[in-house]
Amino acid sequence: MSSPADASTLLDRHFLEVRARLLEVAATLDRLDRAQGDVSGDPRKDQLDRAIAMLADPEAGRAERLQRLFSRAYSEDWRSQMEL
Amino acid sequence: MDYIDPHIHMVSRITDDYATLARMGCVAISEPAFWAGFDRGSADGFRDYFRQLTEVEPQRAAQYGIQHFCWLCINAKEAENVSLARDVIAMIPEFLDAPGVLGIGEIGLNKNTRNESIVFLEHMELAIKHDQPILIHTPHLEDKYQGTRMILDMLNGDSRIDRSRVLVDHVEEHTIRAVLDDGYWAGMTLYPVSKCTPQRAADMIEMVGPERLLANSAGDWGPSKPTAVPDLIFELRQRGHSESLIRKVVYDNPREFFAKSKNFRFTPRS
Repeated sequence: MSSPADASTLLDRHFLEVRARLLEVAATLDRLDRAQGDVSGDPRKDQLDRAIAMLADPEAGRAERLQRLFSRAYSEDWRSQMEL
Repeated sequence: MDYIDPHIHMVSRITDDYATLARMGCVAISEPAFWAGFDRGSADGFRDYFRQLTEVEPQRAAQYGIQHFCWLCINAKEAENVSLARDVIAMIPEFLDAPGVLGIGEIGLNKNTRNESIVFLEHMELAIKHDQPILIHTPHLEDKYQGTRMILDMLNGDSRIDRSRVLVDHVEEHTIRAVLDDGYWAGMTLYPVSKCTPQRAADMIEMVGPERLLANSAGDWGPSKPTAVPDLIFELRQRGHSESLIRKVVYDNPREFFAKSKNFRFTPRS
């Protein structure tokens, strides 16, 4: 099922909101740079870096891929691992 | 537009919220049993809670022309205490014939532990034994994907489960297709912090279509907005979706799913 909305109209609606959110992300990364210490080895920083790269991917399904990136892994044999 | 909120915790809301819901077009709600913000110490605490769900809230709702239905269980968070959970599960049949009790819920997983899984399976047995529909909570944030897959494994592994009588709630972009593809109903929870926005819910409707899809507000004691379903209606209208599609998601689908319960007696507004 497709959207009946016009792409240009949607961009009009969301441009300022997305711009503001991107600025928040940029400012947060700058804040981390200015802060004492180093989080480059923190896996959450790596997740954020990979998430930002995903946003630039032109292929659809970005939200789902981002969700998977921030998800714990699922193992099909969880029941035997839990002896359940 | 008349709508139904299929998952809202009205015990956490003030009476003014019932008035607001009524003004926004809400004609019916269903309230799954959930965590109260603290762990209860005994099965009797749950007995009182179930009386609140089956006796008090329906009366409070009726004052505003809203029909109230509910689901009973011990939630996933308190299910970590297996002994307490078993006491509560043993007591639930006392309430299953009460008017407005639609089934067993919201059962599910929280941190995806062994104990939670044991209690989930025992709730499934209860539902099967008493021929009850099931409403399922899926975990939030990083636990959602793993927990949803575990829940589907447990449901799919039991051939006695009628998938058309099971609603898997709090689906998001990475879990919605698995739930629908396996034949279950899916619920999208509109929530300002940890779940999904009306905009993303509208996106998911566009991605998977409106079949077997519901939308709810949760409206619990945390940061939440009881009028989130009207926000979704507004978002879909702004995008140019038809009134029939909107009505299917927020009114027809909940009615069709609730009708799987023998206790669902709904009087549409004339």
